[in-house]
Amino acid sequence: MAPNVVPMDYTKDPDVKLPMQLIINMPELKENPFKERIVESFSEDGEGSLSFNDFVDMFSVLSEMAPRELKAIYAFKIYDFNTDNFICKSDLEKTLNKLTREELTAEEITLVCEKVIEEADMDGDGKLGFADFENMISKAPDFLSTFHIRI
Amino acid sequence: MAPGPGACHSPRRAGLCPHSEELSPDNEGALHTSFHQLIQEQSSLMEAGLELEMQDRGRGNATVRTQELSCPLAVLWPPTLCPLSLAGRSRGAIISQYYNRTAQLRRRSSRPPLQQLCRAARPSLRLYDLETDPATATLQDKRSLLVNELLSLSPSHRSHMLLTVPLCLAEKRALRYVRSYPPHRAPTARAVLGPTPSLTPLSAGQAGPWHYALKQIGGRFGSSVLSYFLFLKTLVYFNIISFLILLVFVVALQAAYPPASANPQPFTGLELLTGAGYFTYSLLYYGYYSNTTLNSPCASSPGTCPIAAPRLPYNMPLAYMSSVGVSFLITCVLLVYSMSRSFGESYRVGSSSRDLPVKVFCAWDFKVVQRRSVKLQCENICTQLKELLAEQRSRSCSRSLCQRLGRTVVLLLAWLLSLSTVLGCAVAVHHFSQHMHMVSAAPCSGQETLLLALPLVVSGLNAVMPHLYNLLAAWERQDYPGAQVYVAICRNLILKMVLLGLLCYQWLSRRVVLQGAPSCWETCVGQDLYRFMVMDFVFTLLDTLLGELVWRLVLEKRLKRNQKPEFDIARNVLELIYGQTLTWLGVLFAPLLPAVQVLKLLLLFYIKKTSLVHNCQSPSKPWQASHMNTVFITLLCFPSFLGAAVFLLYTIWSVQPSETCGPFQGLETIYKSWQTWGQVLEKSNPNITWFTWAHQHLVENPFLPFFVSGVLLAGIYFNIQVLRGQRRIIHLLKEQIANEGEDKVFLIQKLHSVYEQKGRRT
Repeated sequence: MAPNVVPMDYTKDPDVKLPMQLIINMPELKENPFKERIVESFSEDGEGSLSFNDFVDMFSVLSEMAPRELKAIYAFKIYDFNTDNFICKSDLEKTLNKLTREELTAEEITLVCEKVIEEADMDGDGKLGFADFENMISKAPDFLSTFHIRI
Repeated sequence: MAPGPGACHSPRRAGLCPHSEELSPDNEGALHTSFHQLIQEQSSLMEAGLELEMQDRGRGNATVRTQELSCPLAVLWPPTLCPLSLAGRSRGAIISQYYNRTAQLRRRSSRPPLQQLCRAARPSLRLYDLETDPATATLQDKRSLLVNELLSLSPSHRSHMLLTVPLCLAEKRALRYVRSYPPHRAPTARAVLGPTPSLTPLSAGQAGPWHYALKQIGGRFGSSVLSYFLFLKTLVYFNIISFLILLVFVVALQAAYPPASANPQPFTGLELLTGAGYFTYSLLYYGYYSNTTLNSPCASSPGTCPIAAPRLPYNMPLAYMSSVGVSFLITCVLLVYSMSRSFGESYRVGSSSRDLPVKVFCAWDFKVVQRRSVKLQCENICTQLKELLAEQRSRSCSRSLCQRLGRTVVLLLAWLLSLSTVLGCAVAVHHFSQHMHMVSAAPCSGQETLLLALPLVVSGLNAVMPHLYNLLAAWERQDYPGAQVYVAICRNLILKMVLLGLLCYQWLSRRVVLQGAPSCWETCVGQDLYRFMVMDFVFTLLDTLLGELVWRLVLEKRLKRNQKPEFDIARNVLELIYGQTLTWLGVLFAPLLPAVQVLKLLLLFYIKKTSLVHNCQSPSKPWQASHMNTVFITLLCFPSFLGAAVFLLYTIWSVQPSETCGPFQGLETIYKSWQTWGQVLEKSNPNITWFTWAHQHLVENPFLPFFVSGVLLAGIYFNIQVLRGQRRIIHLLKEQIANEGEDKVFLIQKLHSVYEQKGRRT
């Protein structure tokens, strides 16, 4: 992706980071609506620059072999737009807008958000914690096959 | 971690009861001080934790996030082990979190007996708050503590824990190669935590054949269409395994020792279609295989048997029967294993495809890469969400009696129509085959193109009827779109199985007529099956050509719609299953049939892929890939493989093989060869009578199948009861969580009111 920046020799563990713009232009990620969130979740500094280890991490979690719990942890991170460790209503609205490219009306979006929180929130705090998210994911057998990028 | 379903000791409820001492509203002072203490403790812990991380972050790892202090109460109860309770990728926090988790796992490796469970459903918080221990630990110490805990787990637990830790790869590698604790031991002792599980997907072994093609298909069309191609790949593997077994033990040896009487007819191109002619007396069919012991020294010179050591004689009939049996057994084991694994992955207690949150979070297929497909996917998800909302709205208003009656009548009519078409097809095929049988007086050697007529008719019916059923389904208009797919699969399956059953019955009942003259009814059946397979392939090609290519041109040029035809996954998978059933039916009569099937599947892969890429678009109906995979494998196992196995067993057990050809000439049934071999073995070596005894009492005993099926039924009943129990526990636990949430709200409100009162008093 960036042959002039990344050295071929990694034995001395050089501290090279690629900026987000380069990574989200990869063919596997280019059209994904969540590409910025994916890259941000795996970056050490939270800004989106990935070192080589982070890059390998990202694709290993998104691969077929990663266990369900690990995928659930990172999926939660990706959908948590304001990084407060809860998926609140605003996170849900942003997710829906990205999923449907803003084709749903505002009323439908509100309805969907309310229904999602109503069905998935177990302890009644009005937002989805990690436990609620994991519980919901465990009911979806497709999660392992959809949360998967082939390289 | 899960509290037992004991008595729910809710402070909310206890507050109303005047007898409980500790939590009544009168004793608000005690309530207030105990909460205050807990909050103080927790905030001091958080501060200490933050200080530690400030030290760790001297290397500039992560930014300090101040929201950690905002949720002390959320961490208090319910005691959930949230691996993200400390945000960012702060290693120290994650390592200590996983140290706690591993320590608990190790301590709770066995379930406590029921009598020792305390009455309160909510266990003591201090039991869970292990983070107080390594208060002054550095990152290095925390790492070694975690390593020690991991070492004391079992290897499978250990590798599982390592895989699930959300740390970066460098950390995981460091965890694996850490020196054992305490440091006063020999410094060369390295604690290597078991074999390195392959964490990266970049190892070459994962690539496999067709990797790039599958990636391309998944990228454009998503997981649902990909499941068809993965199913095809699975079938290729099954057939390769069967073929290899037969090749090594039967075909190669017969090829090395060809039988004496062989008069090959000249090779014309028509043989590839009809399977007759040049192929009749060749390795492809049953009739070629000899019934003697190959390479036996006595066979060549019947008069004198040389006393010299024989060069490995090979009992052909036994080898033939055993190889076919073993290949079926291995296929059965593989099928049941893949079915149980796929069932385990896809079945979830209490889940439904119409869950809105699941749709929002799990519907996006990350594999899809192409711009147009991504756009289509967005539209699909939008439509599905709208449909779900509409459905939930309409669920509230129920239908009137008249409408419900109308729907039932429509459903009944549709099913009646489909079943009567199946019956009609069966009768038509029966009469047609009788007619063909009488027309070609000398069977199996008659005019060769006439032999193709019956396969043509059957394949034609198989190709046309599904489209009819699709029209019927469009008229029927099911309530739930998922049910439409299942109904279509059911109807197509019934049709195919009825036709195959009829054909099997005809083959076995007609062998009596074919006796006499140098003819082999087994070779005839083998040839028939070969022709059916070839015709099936031809019709699949035609269907792809007409159904996809021509239809797309019609849509584009004539009807001017910018819409391509959809790839009908269910119909294509059923065709694959049908082809595989034909192979399994024919393995006994034509040992090279799996090879033909492998070739056919390989060609099909490339043809379908090309047609898909150029002519089709991704399906718009919601499709649960993992669920459908389970359904396909189950269909492959139950009607398809089971039917073929029953047919095979019946043929081996009760059908008389032909007199003049094949490895079982002159025997009463094929199974007799095994019995005679057993007797020969017994006579030659009296020490192994246990073998014949075991054979007589276990295999031939009619009670064995009853016993085995009884055990299976008991196992199934047990599993159903376990499932029921789990559902009940899930229900109870959900209620408990809801209760605890309400308790939390109640207690916070109580706290607020107590603080306010205190503030007002002072």
